[in-house]
Amino acid sequence: MMAARDLARDAAPQILPLRLEGVGYAVRGQPLLHGLSLTIRSGRRLMVMGANGAGKSLFLRLCHGLIEPTAGRRLWASGEARAEAQAMVFQRPVLLRRSVAANLAYPLALKGMAGPERRDTVARTLDRFGLAPLADRPARLLSGGEQQRLALARAWAMRPQALFLDEPCSALDPSATLTIEAMIEGFATEGMTIVMTTHDLGQARRLAEDVAFLHRGRLIEHGPADAFFAGPETPEARAFLAGDLIW
Amino acid sequence: MDSPFATAFSLIASGDAALMQIIGLSLRVTLTAVLVACAVGLPLGAALALAAFPGRGAVIVAFNALMGLPPVVAGLVVYLLLSRSGPFGSLALLFTPTAMILAQTLLILPIVVSLTRSVVEDLWAEYREQLRSLGASRLRAAPTLLWDGRVSLLTGVLAGFGRASAEVGAVLIVGGNIAGHTRTMTTAITLETSRGELGLAVALGIILMALTLALNAAAWGAGQWARERLG
Repeated sequence: MMAARDLARDAAPQILPLRLEGVGYAVRGQPLLHGLSLTIRSGRRLMVMGANGAGKSLFLRLCHGLIEPTAGRRLWASGEARAEAQAMVFQRPVLLRRSVAANLAYPLALKGMAGPERRDTVARTLDRFGLAPLADRPARLLSGGEQQRLALARAWAMRPQALFLDEPCSALDPSATLTIEAMIEGFATEGMTIVMTTHDLGQARRLAEDVAFLHRGRLIEHGPADAFFAGPETPEARAFLAGDLIW
Repeated sequence: MDSPFATAFSLIASGDAALMQIIGLSLRVTLTAVLVACAVGLPLGAALALAAFPGRGAVIVAFNALMGLPPVVAGLVVYLLLSRSGPFGSLALLFTPTAMILAQTLLILPIVVSLTRSVVEDLWAEYREQLRSLGASRLRAAPTLLWDGRVSLLTGVLAGFGRASAEVGAVLIVGGNIAGHTRTMTTAITLETSRGELGLAVALGIILMALTLALNAAAWGAGQWARERLG
């Protein structure tokens, strides 16, 4: 079973790297993102940083395909307009009003996974993330930390090559945050590409391999995390790292 | 002469055959109308919430307005359609329970459609990005949203049942209040009261109210249970 799954995964087209070429996004003529050009490489952990309103969430939605660029091009390596093998975890995940197990099964059914394989995948996902004791509980009645754990497990079960996370820990307490960070690191170890926004500098330092820094809808720094944290090139990023308010 | 209440209680206690027949027919007509209205109204309401098409606003306003459709007008419309000279006259449905079901469906449908639209629209605003991210198309999202809105939708279905079981105008016009054939609780109350036979009228009134009370209690209980169990 496992071997068959892994084979199927290997056979799936590689969606990364994802290339953005001069991508912009405007609402009613009001530009919110402009001239974004970057390549998201396979198997890396990219933290998207910037002040509130810098366009971090929009950037993620645009990469994931929830919104379409109004300028420039978004190119998946697989040539798909919207890559199939990707998933996203939201700041406040929407869980369906049904059991934990049924929440895990739902997107698998959408993908057309057959009943026996689906049950098998759900069971393995429950085990892997310690959710088995909660399998029959209504998902909406879980604690905030448990809900986000379920949201990450649901994303993992979809076997994405790229996972987008929008401030996944901002509503969580420190211990739940650590659990989520450990899950994300585990995903990365398996080879999953992580693209995540955070305004928590400590978290960014713990998780980042690469950093993209946005300021007022523009990408003003992009590169390896070590270099970014050691010596940011722009005054905006320096101010941000120093904890100043920037506008 | 006995008090109407004494007569009423003895009728209920003895399980009077005519009384039981009237209750049975009323329930059959109204419950069937509720089922038909849900079968049509739930998907229609969801479609109205999720689809974008020109004139959508007008359709929404029309369904909202139809919630206030006077039962006698609904009865009149069905009467015109089913009368001998009407377009469906050859079916000979006028003054049958089927005609009454049709008229009541017409009354319930706007309530089910409007409430479903509003519930599904609100849920869609909350679920939209997540469902799209999980890979659900709008079409596939509709049953998901209906299922997740099931507790709120129950209220609308119940309101529809209440409206249909309480109305007298529509069933009177298209049913004709024929004893043993199309006589319902409400038409019987109208007739018996006008004839001064208050015992049967009071008995039916008591049962109608008890029924409504029981249904509302059940729906409230189901809602509470669901909120605790499902969040």
